[in-house]
Amino acid sequence: MYNNHKLLFALALCFFVALTMFVAIIPALDIQRNNAPLPGSRPLTKLETEGKIVFIAEGCIACHTQQVRNVDMDKVWGLRPGIAADYARNERMDVWRNTATLMGSERTGPDLTNIGNRQPSTVWHLMHLYNPRSVVAASVMPSYAWLFEVKDYNFPEDVTVNVPEEFRKGITGKIVASHRALALLAYLKSLKQVPLPGGKPAPIFLYAKNEAAAATNSPGKNTPAKPAYNGEALYATNCQTCHQGNGEGLLGAFPPLKGSKVVLNDNPEVQVTIIMQGYNGRVSEGYGIMPPVGTNNNLSPGEIAAIINHERGNWGNNSKKVTEEEVAKIIASLKKSK
Amino acid sequence: MEINFYSVSGIFLILLLVIWLLRLALRLQKETAEITEMDKDRQSQQVSNLDKQQISRLVKRGRKKHTRLVNPPKNSATGIKTTLLSIAFTVIAIRANAQIPAGDNGVLTSPGMLIMLALVLLPIIAAVFFICIKLNSLVKKTRYQRLWKEAKYITEMVDCNDAFYEEMLKRKKALDFTLNNAELAGNQKPADEKGMVHNITEVNTIRFFASKRRAAKKHDVDQAVVKLIIWFLGTATFWLVVGTSIGEYLGIKFVSPDVDHVSWLSFGRLRPVHTNMVFWGWSSLAMIGLGYYVVTTVSNAAIFSIKKGYQTLVLLNTAVIAGSLSLMAGINNSGGEYREYTWPVMGLFALGIVITLINFIQTIASRKTKEIYISNWYIIAAMMFLTVIVTVGYIPWWQNGLGETIIQGYYMHQAVGMWFMLFNLGLIYYFLPQQLNTPIYSYSLGILAFWSQILFYTLIGTHHFIFSSIPWWLQTVAIVGSMGMLIPVFSGTTNFLMTFRGNYNKISRSYTLPFYLTGIIFYFTGSTQGTAEAFRSTNLVWHFTDFTVAHSHITMYGIIAFMLWACIYTLVPRLTGREPRQGLVGAHFWMALIGILFYTIPLMIGGTLKGMAWVQGKPFIDGLIMMAPYWLWRAIGGSLMWGSHLIFAWNMYTMVDTKTEAEIKQEIFERIEQADTLKVNPIA
Repeated sequence: MYNNHKLLFALALCFFVALTMFVAIIPALDIQRNNAPLPGSRPLTKLETEGKIVFIAEGCIACHTQQVRNVDMDKVWGLRPGIAADYARNERMDVWRNTATLMGSERTGPDLTNIGNRQPSTVWHLMHLYNPRSVVAASVMPSYAWLFEVKDYNFPEDVTVNVPEEFRKGITGKIVASHRALALLAYLKSLKQVPLPGGKPAPIFLYAKNEAAAATNSPGKNTPAKPAYNGEALYATNCQTCHQGNGEGLLGAFPPLKGSKVVLNDNPEVQVTIIMQGYNGRVSEGYGIMPPVGTNNNLSPGEIAAIINHERGNWGNNSKKVTEEEVAKIIASLKKSK
Repeated sequence: MEINFYSVSGIFLILLLVIWLLRLALRLQKETAEITEMDKDRQSQQVSNLDKQQISRLVKRGRKKHTRLVNPPKNSATGIKTTLLSIAFTVIAIRANAQIPAGDNGVLTSPGMLIMLALVLLPIIAAVFFICIKLNSLVKKTRYQRLWKEAKYITEMVDCNDAFYEEMLKRKKALDFTLNNAELAGNQKPADEKGMVHNITEVNTIRFFASKRRAAKKHDVDQAVVKLIIWFLGTATFWLVVGTSIGEYLGIKFVSPDVDHVSWLSFGRLRPVHTNMVFWGWSSLAMIGLGYYVVTTVSNAAIFSIKKGYQTLVLLNTAVIAGSLSLMAGINNSGGEYREYTWPVMGLFALGIVITLINFIQTIASRKTKEIYISNWYIIAAMMFLTVIVTVGYIPWWQNGLGETIIQGYYMHQAVGMWFMLFNLGLIYYFLPQQLNTPIYSYSLGILAFWSQILFYTLIGTHHFIFSSIPWWLQTVAIVGSMGMLIPVFSGTTNFLMTFRGNYNKISRSYTLPFYLTGIIFYFTGSTQGTAEAFRSTNLVWHFTDFTVAHSHITMYGIIAFMLWACIYTLVPRLTGREPRQGLVGAHFWMALIGILFYTIPLMIGGTLKGMAWVQGKPFIDGLIMMAPYWLWRAIGGSLMWGSHLIFAWNMYTMVDTKTEAEIKQEIFERIEQADTLKVNPIA
């Protein structure tokens, strides 16, 4: 065999192809045959599909994943671990391009599986796309200024972006989102995790540290240890991209929490309501619509209390702190009034 | 168990004192004991200890006096006394030491007890210290006494003992012996009568750079093949410089994201341009160019078709140009890593590979050797497998939904391991033994590595999607395969290092061997690191972070690029007869090596810290802020690497397109001869 090149090379090739069948082709065929999209999901609209093509063309996958793994650290990116059915709607879009599942392999930027729920604000996304550093100072994401047009006069249907002065670079006209920017925005907002049908149990997140710590640290106690929430970290994850780390917000886009009437009010009812149900009361002043962050991100009463207390005790704010029980009570009453 | 700092340091101090005491006691014992036995052996030992000057002085003295032997002095009883004394002290010291652990447990917590212990211990320590000092001076004195006695004894022996005096004279003669510097060379002047020595240069000043061994002389290779290989290597070098310039620019963008706002130069579009250009442009073209030499040489046959070689050259280069431009224009194949070129572009590439594959197989079919050398196994397998991989990766029938992800895992890892790694191993199996001038250590290990690499490597693709929603069993298969990869990696590394064995002295005298050795070491560390990353527990921390970027550079640069440079610096001088400047090759090597270390180590540290921060549930933005200094280091390391590639490009130029002194002289001789013949025969 070792002196017959036909036999040797044919054997190596067959060995490799057989393993390829076993490890790639058969599993791939199998998974695409035995899979259907979740009942709660919907296909992308025309605009969203155009947006997906922009997403692919700009190479966003280089830094953004779209997969919530079944490990505890990925909890921040979605309500449940991803399953095969979540990707079932991805099919080839045209003859030139392969199927775009867009799972990704690098997380230089945040995961986008559930970005449509986590950050539904149009104003934020457009500012962020025009120059990410205008909303997140530490960001290293490229500016996508070429997805925007500069006009002297904007038409009523145009979506204008209020870019802060230092990022305008001498542009005096109106900065208007192009069709491609709006398509990309629509695609990003369509990225939402769909709940599993009929109360089917979701796969669990592995390596949960709270349970493990509770199990090992308190062998003598019957009640599990209450997790201590870090308000600062929760604020950074859920609120900071709009209201900023210094609580001052961004002029003309996101209102300040520093000195805010809502935050300084000793009665936390309004504050909890805004977090759970969103707010559009200051749109006329030029501020964006606040999404129901607490509901979207599935925050617990304890986590919300920690965030509220962080807001109430920083940046010169000093109003009455709230407890987890108070927050839970307000949330319960909100549900009832619905 | 409460041991505080003071008790630990106290015990330590006492231990030190005890050790000192013991040492002094032993020395004292030795000094006093030796005087008692001055036998025959001891005498000759004493003589051999004397130096030239001392001996001649004693011999001089011996000539003057010759009287009867006086009895040597008797030993004193003081030795035994001091020994006993020292042992006694030692016992006391050990007792004092033994008390401490007894008082240590539990009681030490009360301050009263602490003070109490200190009060007891301090005088003991002081007393032991004092005893040590006393004992030390005693040892010194005894030692002086012994030496004085010995010297005196020898003097007396010289005076009285004839036999001893004879021995002394013999020793003096032996010490007076010197070489006359002509034992080996003789007294004749050297002359090179057989023409063995070439290019004699004497350097009398200090050398700042060690001079390395020159390359082998120009080989008699078909000039048409040489030209083809040089074209492959030349275009490869071009893509290396362009591709890493883009990489360098991408590294800068992490430090300064607003450096430009041009769509064609944005990070997302340029990143695949960089990766694909160094994959399909630099590495692949260089590999195939070197393959055209190896396949023909180990088959001992001429290449089947030169024309086919040029077809491949044009197709591959066209694919890289078209692919890069389309990626920058925003046209890609949906963003699977290394699968960004659209199918028409990758089709050109695959066609080029198939043409050369046929060319190689035809060449091997016409080989003059019976067996197929192992290099050809690896090279042909790599080319066949790449064809399969590209076909599987681009056919749309199994790519819906997660099918795409499973194929993506397979594609990206097979392209790396079955194309670059396999082909490079084939090249190394030829070039390393060549350059070391020694056979490969074990042919069987090479065969084991070949089959085990196919078995395990094919399985590991999906380890890029651990914890994702692809089937759990497939993830486990990938992890098991990653562990299995240790077998081919260990056998390959062992084989190469054992080939090096006995030849390590050649490394410092060669400018190519450091590249081989670095490539082999990175082959071991980079591949083993890949296995380490595949486990679920480590994947938890390292996946999605910059650690992966560091890993892919250790492998594609540390292994592949270093091995390719090793082969190029070995081969091209043999083809053209022209060598690069040794200092510049050295600069290339060190800049590339230091650069890759500056690049990868900070990214590995930063990636680990970032992953740990994610596991702890820190806000995402914290990880980004934390990475900033590591990204700066990466840019610095990247700049060094990039600079080394410019030097490499210059070295390629000198190896290919400059005339050597010998060539210029040859031309001048020919011209003079022509002129002479014209003078003798003025026909015109």
